[in-house]
Amino acid sequence: MFSNPDLQKLLFGRLTLDAVPLHEPILLVTFAMVGLGGLVVLGGLTYFRLWGPLWRDWFTSVDHKKIGIMYIVLALVMLLRGFADALMMRAQQAMAFGANEGYLPPHHYDQIFTAHGVIMIFFVAMPLVTGLMNYVVPLQIGARDVAFPFLNNFSFWMTVSGALTVMASLFVGEFARTGWLAYPPLSGPAMSPGVGVDYYIWALQIAGIGTLLSGINLIATIVKMRAPGMSMMRMPIFTWTSLCTNILIVAAFPVLTAVLSMLSLDRYVGTHFFSNDLGGNPMMYVNLVWIWGHPEVYILILPAFGVFSEIVATFSRKRLFGYASMVYATVVITILSYLVWLHHFFTMGSGASVNSFFGITTMIISIPTGAKIFNWLFTMYRGRIDFDVPMLWTVGFMVTFTVGGMTGVLLAVPPADFVLHNSLFLVAHFHNVIIGGVLFGMLAGITYWFPKAFGYKLDPFWGKTSFWFWLTGFWFAFMPLYILGLMGVTRRVQHFDDPSLQIWFVIAAFGAFLILLGIASFIVTLVVSFLRREELRDLTGDPWNGRTLEWATSSPPPDYNFAFTPVVHDHDAWWDMKKRGYVRPVSGFNKIHMPRSTAAGIILGMLSIVFSFAMIWYIWWLAALSFVALAVVTIGHTFNYARDFYIPVDEVVRTENARTALLAERV
Amino acid sequence: MSVASEDLHTRGSGRDVHEEPGGHGTFRDYMTGFLASVVLTAIPFWLVMSDVLGNPRLTGIVVMGFAVVQIVVHMVYFLHMNTKSEGGWTILALIFTLTLVLITLVGSVWVMYHLDTNMMPADHGMHMPAPQSTPTEPGVAAPAPHQHQH
Repeated sequence: MFSNPDLQKLLFGRLTLDAVPLHEPILLVTFAMVGLGGLVVLGGLTYFRLWGPLWRDWFTSVDHKKIGIMYIVLALVMLLRGFADALMMRAQQAMAFGANEGYLPPHHYDQIFTAHGVIMIFFVAMPLVTGLMNYVVPLQIGARDVAFPFLNNFSFWMTVSGALTVMASLFVGEFARTGWLAYPPLSGPAMSPGVGVDYYIWALQIAGIGTLLSGINLIATIVKMRAPGMSMMRMPIFTWTSLCTNILIVAAFPVLTAVLSMLSLDRYVGTHFFSNDLGGNPMMYVNLVWIWGHPEVYILILPAFGVFSEIVATFSRKRLFGYASMVYATVVITILSYLVWLHHFFTMGSGASVNSFFGITTMIISIPTGAKIFNWLFTMYRGRIDFDVPMLWTVGFMVTFTVGGMTGVLLAVPPADFVLHNSLFLVAHFHNVIIGGVLFGMLAGITYWFPKAFGYKLDPFWGKTSFWFWLTGFWFAFMPLYILGLMGVTRRVQHFDDPSLQIWFVIAAFGAFLILLGIASFIVTLVVSFLRREELRDLTGDPWNGRTLEWATSSPPPDYNFAFTPVVHDHDAWWDMKKRGYVRPVSGFNKIHMPRSTAAGIILGMLSIVFSFAMIWYIWWLAALSFVALAVVTIGHTFNYARDFYIPVDEVVRTENARTALLAERV
Repeated sequence: MSVASEDLHTRGSGRDVHEEPGGHGTFRDYMTGFLASVVLTAIPFWLVMSDVLGNPRLTGIVVMGFAVVQIVVHMVYFLHMNTKSEGGWTILALIFTLTLVLITLVGSVWVMYHLDTNMMPADHGMHMPAPQSTPTEPGVAAPAPHQHQH
C-alpha cells in the first residue's frame, strides 16, 4: 500500500489489508449478509425519517425505561450472533468424524467457541439482566428514575462499545482462540501474538466499565430512592435480588479489570505477571479470574431468581411463601459466592485441605438455592395457578434448573471433578444452569413485563411455541453432552476419531435446531404481537393482577413513572393498595422535575471504540488522540449545567386525565 | 450529577427518619484527624531515619502497624466512617468490603501456596521466583533448565 513501510507502520500500526479475511468463504458470506442487512436497516431508518426520533428519544435519553429496553435489544441482537456461533459448532462436531474434517479449520473453530462464550456471557446474559433491572427496579420502588440518570446512559453505551468491538473482530483481524476466559500462557504474547486476545481484552475492559457503573447506580437507587414506607423487608424480591447482584458486580468486576490489566501489561510492555519466567505464574491469573468469575455466575442467576419469585406469586395469586427466607437465602448466596472459586480448578494440583474446603463450600451454597426452589413450590401449593407464558417458563426452569444444580453438586466433589473437569459434562452443566436458569428467567421476565413496557401483551400462542421449542431443544442439545462427558469426551475439540460418538453429536445438533425454532418463534411472537397490538392492548396498567408497584402506573408508564409517589404499608405494596380500596388521585398534580437528555454518553462510547481499536492495532497516534478526546468530552460534560427541566403541570394533567378517561371507559 | 435524585432523595429512604446525608465533620474533627495523621507519619520517618530500633525487620513491622492506624484515622476523621452515618450503610459496606478483601487475599495466598501439592515431587522449582532464570550474558553457560534448588 505504501512504499515506505515505516510510514505505514506509523499510520496504521499492524493493521494491513490482509487483516480483512477475504480468503475465508464463510466470513465472506457473513460479511455480505451483515452488509446487506445493515444497508436495509440504515436505508429503512433514512426512508422513514427515523434518525431524528431515534437520536432524540432513545440514544441520548436518560430515561431508565428506554435504557432498559435498549439493553434488551442489544442482548437479543447479540443472542443471534452468539447462537449462530453455537449452530456452527454443533454442525461442525456433528460431521467432523474420521476422514471428514468438517467445514471449520481448527483456528476458526477456536475463535468461534471463544466468541460464543464471551458474547453469551458479556453481551447477552449481562445486558438482559442489566436491562431488566434498569427497567423494573425504579418502578418497583416507586422512583422516577435511577440515582444517576446520565451515568446510566453512559454505562449502556460502554456496553454497546464492547459489543461492537467484538463484532469488529469478525471483519477486521481475528478474535481470541483461547476460550472465553483467555488463560495464559496461551493468551500471553508468545502463544497469541495476533490481535485476537487484544480484541478480547479491550472489549471486556470497556464493557466492564459500563457494568461497574451501572452496578453503583442501581445500588444507590435501591438504597436511597425507595418510596416512603418501603423498608428493606418490604422490598419486592426482584429488587432484593437486584441489590445483591449489583453489590456482587461492584465487588467482583474490579478484580476482572485488574487481572485483564495485568494480562495487557504482559502483552503490551513485556511484564511477567502470568508468564512462566521471572517469577510470573499463570495460575495466579486462573485464581484471580475465577475470584471474579464465580460471583459473576450469581450476578447472572440472582435476578432470574427474582423474576421467578415475582411470577410465581403473581400467577399463583398468593403472597410469596417464605419472603424472609427468600431474602436471607439471597444474602447468604451473595456472601458464599465469594468462597467457592477454586472449584473451577480443582485439578490445578492443590492439596486435599484446599480442595475439600472449596468442595464443601460449593455444596453448602446449594442449600440456600434449594430453599428457594421449595419456597416457589410452596407458593404454588394450593394456589390458583394461571399457566400463562411467564408461568410456563417458571415451571420449565424449576425442572431444568434442579437437574443443573444437582450436576453442579456432583462436580463439587473433587474426586469426581478430576474425572469430569474440562469434559462435555461440564459444558452440559453450565449450559443447564445458564439456559435453564438465566435465559429462561430473562425470557420469563421479558414476557411478564412486556405489557408494562409497550402497553400490549405478547401473543400467548407463539410465546408457548417458543417455550416448548426452547425447553425440548435444551434437553435434546445438552443431555447427549452429559453422556459424552461421562464417557470422557473433552470440550473444545474440532474433530473426533471414534465414529461411535457421532450419534450423540447428531442428537445435540438436532437440539440446537429446536432451539433455533424457539428463537425464531420468539421473534415471530414479537412481530405477531405488534400486529395484533390492538387486541392485546393493556389499558389498566395491571394486566396480570400484579402485586408490586410497577403495576400501579399506566402501561407504558409516563416519563415520570408516578404522578404521586406511592406510600407503602406492606410488602406486595400494590396488592395491599388494591385490597384496601385504593383510589387513584385525579387532581392536585404538580410540575415534575426531570433529568434532561444528553449526547455525552454515546459520544464517549463511540470514542472508546476508536481508542480500543487503536490500541488493538498499535495505532499509537490514534490511541493518544482518542484518549485526549475522551478526557476533553468528559471534562466538557461536567460544564454542562442544562441537566434538568420541569414537565409542566398541564402536561402532567393531560397525561393523567387521558388515563382517567381510559380507566373510566373500561368500567 | 443527577437532578432526579436530588428531587427524589428528599422522599427519604424507606424509613421516614432523615439522617444528615454524609455526616460532614466539624473543624475540630478535621484538626484532630490532621494532627493524628501528621504524628503517625512523622514517627515512622523518625524510626527509619535515626534507626531507633536498630533492626530493619522490626522497623518494617512497626511502620506497617502505624500505616494500619493511619488508615483507621483517615476513615474515621476524613471519610466520617462511623456506625451511624447513612443509617449504618457505610459501616455495613466497609465490613463487607473488608471481608471480601480478606477472603481474596488470604484465599489467594493459601491457594497459591498449595499450587502443586499434588504434583510429582521432582517438579518444584518451576514456580519459584527463580533467580536462575534471569537472562544470562551470552557466552556464559546458562543454568540447566530444570535445576533443583532444594
